[in-house]
Amino acid sequence: MTAPSAPVSASGLFLGFLKIGLSGFGGVMPFARRMIVEERRWLTELEFLDVLSLSQFLPGPNIVNVSIVIGRRFGGVGGALAACGGLMLMPLVLVLVLASLYEQFAQVDAVRGACSGVSAAASGLILATALKLARPLKEYAWQVAICAVAFVAIALLRVPLLWLLAALCPVSIAIAWWRRGEANG
Amino acid sequence: MIPPALLELTAQFLLLSMLSIGGANAIIPEIHRRVVDLEHWMTDADFAQLFALSQAAPGPNVLIVSLVGWKVAGVVGGVVAMVAMSGPSSILTYWVAHAWERFRDALWRIAIQRGLAPVTVGLILSSGYVLTRTADESSWVAYGLTGVTLAVSLTSRLHPLWLLGAAGVVGALGWI
Repeated sequence: MTAPSAPVSASGLFLGFLKIGLSGFGGVMPFARRMIVEERRWLTELEFLDVLSLSQFLPGPNIVNVSIVIGRRFGGVGGALAACGGLMLMPLVLVLVLASLYEQFAQVDAVRGACSGVSAAASGLILATALKLARPLKEYAWQVAICAVAFVAIALLRVPLLWLLAALCPVSIAIAWWRRGEANG
Repeated sequence: MIPPALLELTAQFLLLSMLSIGGANAIIPEIHRRVVDLEHWMTDADFAQLFALSQAAPGPNVLIVSLVGWKVAGVVGGVVAMVAMSGPSSILTYWVAHAWERFRDALWRIAIQRGLAPVTVGLILSSGYVLTRTADESSWVAYGLTGVTLAVSLTSRLHPLWLLGAAGVVGALGWI
């Protein structure tokens, strides 16, 4: 990564990520890219992709990782805290208010029904996300096999995540290393 | 005195933070396994409702974590769960960001990423499966809504909020 084009203050980071936090439902990454790259021009398209791939590579909520990397880049620990705090503050307040309101009105049939409808549709959205991500895997039989093992273990057998990751990740990474001559994926 | 459930919750999310390769969507089955099956902090129906609320509020999809915390230990639980879920991974990210430039193009780094990708997809697929089973239970209309949403989002660029809103209306009318 090259040096930042222009400095961004801690309050700038806080306000920018405050806006990102409020801009999407069930995921805010597309809005984050638009604001960071197109509106405020904190990063170029390539720099953002670089930050994104780092954030997806590491554990943790991806958008939180993005806020940490960008906050750190412009303002060290203080910048990272400002960016991450701005990102989470309003969504956290709003979702807790919404939950309290829901508790008040949970006895109303229409409210419960609406909630059931939203959760049914939201499940479909997660399935769609997974299938879109699965498309590039089908080029390689071993990736399909690893994906299937993870699904059977977690969804059907309900194996603890820690065991599954400890057993499957080393195998999968070893295969990827062994077949590293193949096209990148 | 700190309630034992709050300490337990914090410990669980501190660990999950480091296990959440693929982000928040990948750990939903594990959260469900822990809070419904093991700890009995809530029922399947409660979990489905929290998931719906997390989708109906603006913000990142990791909000499900703070709602689970809220259900277990109130507003403090909601804030603590979010901080625990973000803390360890954020500290790791902060330190790795420093070295990222040096190993970004390293062969071992690319192998790790290619190795983790199919695991991540399997986990998110599991999330979709577990949520569908939990949310739709025995209602064929609910399964239908899940199916229609899946089909529309795979074949069009319609904003997901329209799909959530339409499904909410179907539910509010008492058709599920």
